Amino acid sequence: MRSRRSILLRGVLLGAIGLGLIARHDLRAQEGEAIVKRQCVTCHNISGPAPQDVAGVLRRKAPDLFYAGSKFQRAWLVKWLQQPTPIRQAGPMFLNHLVTRNGKDKINESSVKPCPSRLYPRQATAVSDFLMTLRNPAMKAGIIAPSKPFSDAKAFRLFSKQLPCNGCHTVNFKNRKLGGVSGPDLRSAGLRLNPDWVYARIQNPQYWDPRTWMPRIEMSREKRELLALFVSSQR
Amino acid sequence: MGKLRMAVCGLVLLAVPLADVPAAAESAQELYRLYCVQCHGTQGNGEGINQTHGGLAVSPRNHTATLEMSKLSDADLRLVIAKGGDATQKSELMPPFEHTLTGAEIDALVRYLRVLCTCEGKK
Repeated sequence: MRSRRSILLRGVLLGAIGLGLIARHDLRAQEGEAIVKRQCVTCHNISGPAPQDVAGVLRRKAPDLFYAGSKFQRAWLVKWLQQPTPIRQAGPMFLNHLVTRNGKDKINESSVKPCPSRLYPRQATAVSDFLMTLRNPAMKAGIIAPSKPFSDAKAFRLFSKQLPCNGCHTVNFKNRKLGGVSGPDLRSAGLRLNPDWVYARIQNPQYWDPRTWMPRIEMSREKRELLALFVSSQR
Repeated sequence: MGKLRMAVCGLVLLAVPLADVPAAAESAQELYRLYCVQCHGTQGNGEGINQTHGGLAVSPRNHTATLEMSKLSDADLRLVIAKGGDATQKSELMPPFEHTLTGAEIDALVRYLRVLCTCEGKK
């Protein structure tokens, strides 16, 4: 009898703690939403849809965040928001940051600015909690297990020889920096991106962004998984 | 009723995961800027930023090279845009665009390439 009461009390206590944590998390997310609406929406789109035409893509100042909770890893967001660094070497849209000298296009590096957020730790946590609520319900979770073993050499061959990914994305392979610059730098993608989102993005880039310059390429589920594992191993 | 509508919308979303979103019609020049300039350059000479900063293993084709471009028929150009370099014994760094661009957009790009090279294709 006594032990039953004890179990019941413990259950009530744990439930209360759980509800308290949820309430605290919700409060933090609300605080984060207020910060985002005050500081971030002049550059970021947090409600969708993505631009439907090239003119809209050219006007976009920063990546869309209306599916940030599906795309990013929370721990990375918390850290990055305190000290942002550019992720796309040629800016969010490369055409806005080009100069041509002697017939060669170059990145106009003075025009590529990092996100000016530089939040305090408490603000970064709140903003991350809010961004993680912006999820796309159609994206399947649990597709990619980042700990699954794979052949790095085979994956890099797929990434750079059988498919054109390396033409636009920079990666590390055998301690060498390799690849193009018009797409996001993937050298820290394993910390930054949700592996399931990487898989979904490869599957259909235009679903996320109708006028992204990343082409949709048909491939087997196994190849898509291998690419997602390779990208997620970049740290 | 509102909840029922939301549930139906949710089911529809789950039933067609990651379906295509139709994009707006664009001019050939805008399409070229968006998809081709990153490698082939703003001047079409093969000196895009992925080449000048990334150093591609195979140099992108110079679309302003009249002699070289005139050796290719319109069908050759259509094929390489649609199927990519790998399917046409060219560089695998040229992606296939058949699932990204419509047939009409690819045709428009072929016509634009003829403007850039100031040439006609092999018949």
